[in-house]
Amino acid sequence: MKPLDRKLWRELWQMKGQAVAIMLVIVCGVAIHVMFGATLDALGQTRARYYQEYRFADVFAALKRAPESLRERIAALPGVAEVETRVVAAVHLDVAGFAEPITGRLVSIPDNRESRLNRLYLRQGRPPAADRDDEAIVSEAFAEAHRLEPGAKLRVVINGRRQTLTIVGMALSPEYIHQLRPGSMFPDYQRYGVLWMGRRALGVAYGMEGAFNDVVVGLTDARAAPDVIDELDRLLTPYGGLGAHDREDQPSHRFLSEEFRNITLSATLFPVLFLGVAVFLLNVVMNRLIGMQREQIGTLKAFGYGNGAIALHYLKLVLIVVLIGVAVGVFAGAGLGRRLAELYTMFFRFPFLDYRLSPSLVLGALLLNLGGAVAGTAFALRAAFALRPAEAMRPEPPARYRATVVERLGLQRLLSQPNRMILRHIERRPLKSLFAVLGIALACGVTMAGRFQEATITHMVEVHYKLSQREDLAVTFTEPTSWRAIGSLDGLPGVERVEVYRAVPVRLRFQHHSRRTTLKGVPPGGDLQRLLDADLRLLDLPSEGVLLTDYLGELLGVQAGDRLTVEVLEGSRPVREVPVVGLVKEYLGVAAYMDLAGLNRLLREGPAISGAYLAVDDRERSELYRRLGDIPRIAGTAIREQEIRNFHRTMEQTMLFFTFIATVFAVVIAFGIIYNSARIALTERGRELASLRVLGFTRAEISYILLGELGLLTLVAIPLGFIVGRGICTLFVDGARSELYRIPLIIHPSTYAFAATVVLASALLSGWLVRRKLDRLDLIAVLKTRD
Amino acid sequence: MTDPRDRVFLARGLTKIYPMGEIEVRALRGVDLDLFAGEFVVLLGPSGSGKSTLLNILGGLDSPSSGAMQYGGRDLGVYDDAELTRYRREHVGFVFQFYNLIPSLTARENVALVTEIARNPLAPEEALTLVGLADRLDHFPAQLSGGEQQRVAIARAVAKRPEVLLCDEPTGALDVQTGIRVLAVIDRVNRELGTTTVVITHNAAIAAMADRVIHLSNGLIARIDHNTQRQAPDDIVW
Ligand SMILES: Nc1ncnc2c1ncn2[C@@H]1O[C@H](COP(=O)(O)OP(=O)(O)O)[C@@H](O)[C@H]1O
Ligand SMILES: [Mg+2]
Repeated sequence: MKPLDRKLWRELWQMKGQAVAIMLVIVCGVAIHVMFGATLDALGQTRARYYQEYRFADVFAALKRAPESLRERIAALPGVAEVETRVVAAVHLDVAGFAEPITGRLVSIPDNRESRLNRLYLRQGRPPAADRDDEAIVSEAFAEAHRLEPGAKLRVVINGRRQTLTIVGMALSPEYIHQLRPGSMFPDYQRYGVLWMGRRALGVAYGMEGAFNDVVVGLTDARAAPDVIDELDRLLTPYGGLGAHDREDQPSHRFLSEEFRNITLSATLFPVLFLGVAVFLLNVVMNRLIGMQREQIGTLKAFGYGNGAIALHYLKLVLIVVLIGVAVGVFAGAGLGRRLAELYTMFFRFPFLDYRLSPSLVLGALLLNLGGAVAGTAFALRAAFALRPAEAMRPEPPARYRATVVERLGLQRLLSQPNRMILRHIERRPLKSLFAVLGIALACGVTMAGRFQEATITHMVEVHYKLSQREDLAVTFTEPTSWRAIGSLDGLPGVERVEVYRAVPVRLRFQHHSRRTTLKGVPPGGDLQRLLDADLRLLDLPSEGVLLTDYLGELLGVQAGDRLTVEVLEGSRPVREVPVVGLVKEYLGVAAYMDLAGLNRLLREGPAISGAYLAVDDRERSELYRRLGDIPRIAGTAIREQEIRNFHRTMEQTMLFFTFIATVFAVVIAFGIIYNSARIALTERGRELASLRVLGFTRAEISYILLGELGLLTLVAIPLGFIVGRGICTLFVDGARSELYRIPLIIHPSTYAFAATVVLASALLSGWLVRRKLDRLDLIAVLKTRD
Repeated sequence: MTDPRDRVFLARGLTKIYPMGEIEVRALRGVDLDLFAGEFVVLLGPSGSGKSTLLNILGGLDSPSSGAMQYGGRDLGVYDDAELTRYRREHVGFVFQFYNLIPSLTARENVALVTEIARNPLAPEEALTLVGLADRLDHFPAQLSGGEQQRVAIARAVAKRPEVLLCDEPTGALDVQTGIRVLAVIDRVNRELGTTTVVITHNAAIAAMADRVIHLSNGLIARIDHNTQRQAPDDIVW
């Protein structure tokens, strides 16, 4: 081995603590990058392949009832490649031994052939026999939640008729990768299931022989979607079309895309932060190393080593650290990514997972880190190379200190000599001190980002389910129903209060913005469903005009007083101009609200309702559930308590993982920065401290001088870290805003306390490690050699 | 000895000015000097008289502010950094007052550092034997005494068989006995390898070892003495 390389290895060994600290920061940054990147790749590729192999449709439309002959006309539309007509219905399910109401969705599949679109992936069992009307396939998630095996029986109310179905198979569908009961925010596989039955059997059951109420379309080219949607709406309007839409408005696809967007945000934000810290650390450490070795550099140059050879020498040192860091990071990130991808498959039901580490991901991590590290080192070397060797070999001029601000203010009486040393040392390198403070603040901020969501989510639940949606039970009807239905609900056992609503699919337009959403008519003065303003105060529902979810208002660019175009997507599809009278604070979902009577006037329809909210007496719940199951018109029942529980469970499963990772990584950053700063301070000031020991200072006293500085920096960094943390959380909250949910920026005091504790603990650990070195300071050796 | 064809260095009107904020330090104020192959020259003068500055310019560690500086008939003044690096690598050996060894390399490795990039070097062991350190090959600088460290530095300087050996106060940090041993090694190198040697000192006694003694004072050459008889280091009275 060449002597310079030996020097390299020996020096690396001497600074192994620092090297490891920096490596860890790199490991974390790369691991996060790879983890999110690989997860994103895996989910994206898996979805793409699944969609392709199982022919996920491009355009979707529901309608009331159209003759099968319409199929030909749809197929003939330009841009349409495949058409599959279906019968789809909402049902009430009964699983033996499960008392609560279950909502089901029945979807027809062709009898004697494979479906052209939205093919099923059969996990177990077989398709229903064409000549049987009592066989069904169930979604795998539902079967798992109830431990159903092929051969199990389900009781269903189909079109008012009680029927028993035999499960013949379990399947997955690209249409239901994410299975969510309409109106719910989080999956509940026990209380929502998808069932597939033969087309003929379902047709007979729902009076859809030779007719259909749902159609899915595959396109020759996705760009044709807007035109096909327009044409489809035109064709389906006479048949009660509910408005065609593309994948963007398909619930499962939509949810996945939102989630992918969130992962992308994390995949960019965090690695950049970590890379910043790693580059900063490398820069500081290399600057120090090169500063201390400027005489060696001068000597090497005196003997004829060129700048290139010397630069290469120091770069190798950096490269070793970076390469090991990147390698371990890729390894860890790949493992974590698999874990994360698997976590996602609990919510996203894929038949397979294409998990593989893409070379570009690894290369990206490598280049990013190499680039950062090399730039940092080059910066440090520049100063050394600017010197003529004759100058480089002169010892670095003694550091220039001066009285600090505090002292110049005349407060020196308050400062002991050691305290003055601390302050002067910080002031002498303000930039370095500043960066160290920023770095520690960043660690504090990252911890907060991993933690804050817990309190926030509690707040969201409080607001949504305690202030706004206060019902015990929500029932939806299979189709708009007459007011008389209330009477039948009122009379059910345990029902204390009934509040109805009407929901209509609409497209809202304002200037060049447009959104598909639900327009909800609610009776004024309701107690179970209440609307809140920005300050969470109750909003009165005006008799005319609409209220919009605040986020929807933002998306459409409307404010109170603007006039909005409302295109109703069902019935006679009227188009109306309606004034916006205000915005409603909502964290979950988006909708437009109107007075119920006002909505009926707008629709020019007689009074009809889509569902009702119930307040019930807990003691009579089970009886109530049983009776609700017997009402054929009821398509679904949602229990608020259960919704809240689903919400928490879903959040916990993902949140725990992120909090854990963020905390570990924050500790690494804090430790990396503080430990490195302490070690550098030790090498820079070892001589000074040894002299003090010779003069009779104790170990504790010199430790105080060295570590006091870091303590001070840490203490300054923590409040700054709170601000940084708020900033990261804001980025996060803003980036995660979607029509599905908006996370409010609420940071609980415990989050601050936790972050401060993590940083302090890392500081103490680094301090303790350096203190041990300080206790072993060799006084003679330090003083024997020239500085 | 003074045949112009044997001339290694030629300096004419050398000046060196260090700007120091408001004031300028004029370290050299017009030095004319010729150095010849194989001779042993001692640079003598009080502290601050410009000895190191002159030596550094000779060795290509620094450039003059004005004047001509030729090595082997070529003008060092016009060399860029890369050319100066090559010049040092191929022709010059340095010894400094504070040894400047690489602390993380052993004696042998410190020498190898230079023999690695030289064209026709001595083996590191050979060079270390020359300075009497055959038994200290694998010691780190911290494990060597000051005199031993300085001898390693000399071994490192001469191992590449340089044309010139430039020593800046090589005994400055050493006690008398050790200093004599170090000077003896330099003297031996000069005699055995024929290396043109320039030694800076402010110890007049060392001057007796030299062929010529150049007295520097305040940035100028005050006087040049020729010794008819070089004295052996051991015979010098300190
Ligand atoms: N890099 C430098 N910057 C400023 N002044 C310098 C520098 N190097 C040398 N000097 C000054 O030049 C003068 C000559 O220095 P030097 O050649 O080192 O003297 P000597 O070696 O004879 O003691 C001194 O006054 C010294 O302070
Ligand atoms: Mg000098």
